[in-house]
Amino acid sequence: MELIFIGLAAVALISGILVVFQTHPLRSALWLIVNFFAVAGIYLMLHAEFIAAIQIIVYAGAIMVLFLFVIMLLNLRHPEEPTPRPYAAQKVAGFALSVAMAFFIAFGLAHVNLGPAAPAAPGLGNTESIAKLLFTDYLLPFEVTSVLLLVSIVGAVVLSKSKLK
Amino acid sequence: MVVPLPYILGLSVALFALGAIGVLIRRNILIILMCLEMMLNAVNLAFIGFADYFKAVDGQMFVFFVLTVAAAEVAVGLALVVAIFRQRATVYVDDLNILKW
Repeated sequence: MELIFIGLAAVALISGILVVFQTHPLRSALWLIVNFFAVAGIYLMLHAEFIAAIQIIVYAGAIMVLFLFVIMLLNLRHPEEPTPRPYAAQKVAGFALSVAMAFFIAFGLAHVNLGPAAPAAPGLGNTESIAKLLFTDYLLPFEVTSVLLLVSIVGAVVLSKSKLK
Repeated sequence: MVVPLPYILGLSVALFALGAIGVLIRRNILIILMCLEMMLNAVNLAFIGFADYFKAVDGQMFVFFVLTVAAAEVAVGLALVVAIFRQRATVYVDDLNILKW
């Protein structure tokens, strides 16, 4: 079982590295889709079947398709220009600061006292327990996210108009 | 416990740092947005890890809402990218300096 996790984690990490260091955004988008599939596989191992399916449908199937649409719409001829000289130090600083931040976060996470893991409780399946919480305790955020999606749709339509009358 | 929590959190921190490196290093706005999505994905992984550790479905609820917010943000962000491209014919953040004094 650990071997499956190590395989999925390796796929996720390698595709993540490839997302950051590709020249063309199209290749980055495809490697990001691989990353999402690997993380969805890890969700399946963590007893989160509903979220794994939602991740594949929404993240890899809708958001990344939107990305691919826009990338092909823009139709860039020269994907990445060579970096002008003043930005080399900026890139080194960005890399170093991100690694330092990762170490700080890992240090903080290692020194937290979580308490014992909860015992496995038999009962509802994953989708039923999510639905049970979603429509009782989290009803207000659920309705608010529908308003949020409406706002984003209106914003996307307004921003895509060619001439603002 | 199928997968120990420290492994999940370590992978989450690594993916988050990779996304942060991408946001800071790359000049193409589309790749910056994609690395932002990778950071959100890493946070989702941490939430799911904790939800499995404490056997509480609330972590998965948060992932649900983070996913929704990420979808809305990507829609508006890409609409902005298209609008900027129509105006300035560029996708590099170096050329977007109209607000510079």
